[in-house]
Amino acid sequence: MEAAPVVTLINKRRSEIVVRWKEYMEERKDSSSIIDGRTIETTNDNFVDLIFDYLADNQSQDRLNNLMGRILALGWPLSYLTNGVHIFRRVVSTLIIESEMEKAVILDYFKAMEDLLDPIFNNLIEDATSTWENTVSIQKRALMELSAPLIPVMEYLAVMPLIGTIDTERAKLIMENLLEGVIAYRTEVVLIDITGVPVVDTMVAHHIIQAAEAVRLVGSECVLVGIRPEIAQTIVNLGIELGEFPTKSTLKKGIEYALELTNRAIVYKDKPSGLRL
Amino acid sequence: MNIAPNRVEIHNEWDIVRARQSGRERAKELGFGHVDQARIATAISELARNIYLYAKHGEIIISVIDGEKRGISIIAEDNGPGIRDLRKAMEDGYTTSGGLGAGLPGVKRLMDDFDIVSEEGQGTKITAKKYLR
Ligand SMILES: Nc1ncnc2c1ncn2[C@@H]1O[C@H](COP(=O)(O)OP(=O)(O)OP(=O)(O)O)[C@@H](O)[C@H]1O
Ligand SMILES: [Mg+2]
Repeated sequence: MEAAPVVTLINKRRSEIVVRWKEYMEERKDSSSIIDGRTIETTNDNFVDLIFDYLADNQSQDRLNNLMGRILALGWPLSYLTNGVHIFRRVVSTLIIESEMEKAVILDYFKAMEDLLDPIFNNLIEDATSTWENTVSIQKRALMELSAPLIPVMEYLAVMPLIGTIDTERAKLIMENLLEGVIAYRTEVVLIDITGVPVVDTMVAHHIIQAAEAVRLVGSECVLVGIRPEIAQTIVNLGIELGEFPTKSTLKKGIEYALELTNRAIVYKDKPSGLRL
Repeated sequence: MNIAPNRVEIHNEWDIVRARQSGRERAKELGFGHVDQARIATAISELARNIYLYAKHGEIIISVIDGEKRGISIIAEDNGPGIRDLRKAMEDGYTTSGGLGAGLPGVKRLMDDFDIVSEEGQGTKITAKKYLR
């Protein structure tokens, strides 16, 4: 493919474009003030070089992808990058206008320039967005893994501390982790600690009851602990029957109860002095 | 104190959380105690979740009752399918979604005043109030 006249123009006036582009970028510097002057200078050099490399090379899709990879690898804020492309466009437009060619020719040049720069701009936004979406989904996954952990405390005994809001997705995870963990650790008693759950409404209660029933089906028992007084009140008001599902106010009482269920107890080796038992 | 009603549109599960947080804050400002704050937040959670589940979207309006008796008013309004048999819906254990069927009768017990208007195919409007003692 023969290079479009606008590409020839851009390449011929390269040094001039770079100077003007940097001037504009300097003016906008405050918008990316997190970056110090020296780094900005090298980054600007890199950035504009990348654009020129791309233009010099017939602008294939491969090259474009390559360009994006390299630009995004610089790790600069998207606003800085889009701004850079905008300014590049502005500088080239000015050059075209200053060339005082015929109106029709100028319009052709403009169109060619748009065709050249639009893909860069669009790909920049697309790639940055998908990178972020990717990051967000990885973080979401990581949060999910943290959101319903089953902790084997000692033989036959595990605790699942729940902290924060429980939505449908998390409720599913509670069930999965409970069943998986109970089987994997051969747990006999699981304490579900809801001290950190802000609101226990019918939906949360229902999910916890279902999870407890499922645990019972695999031969273990669930104990609900950490029921704050106000939560106890609202559960009663809602008329929720916890049934045969044992509850204890604190984790400590829950552990004592669980030990009892598994024929164990806490025994002190020596009566510690100053500790009233 | 800010007296203007607070409207929270309900479209997804996180809107439910926003609505009850806003209700709890308002209840705290008004001087409701811990247990009542929890009751109010729970009632909002039930009403907002019903909107999300059965009507897809609607609105929770939280406002201050500043009359002879001071308190908080919660309005849950939607243009969803409505409820055919209100008496049944208010019974403990009645559910069309495999839930506990404890939401509506629960809200009635959690709050001091409860009023429900529903028209099949038109929507549902529930007003629940709690007064300071
Ligand atoms: N906003 C609404 N629009 C239409 N139908 C509703 C609405 N709210 C409640 N209903 C109907 O009333 C029934 C009872 O509601 P309620 O909240 O008491 O129980 P639930 O939502 O089924 O279960 P739970 O609230 O215990 O999880 C629902 O199953 C549903 O059929
Ligand atoms: Mg409900």
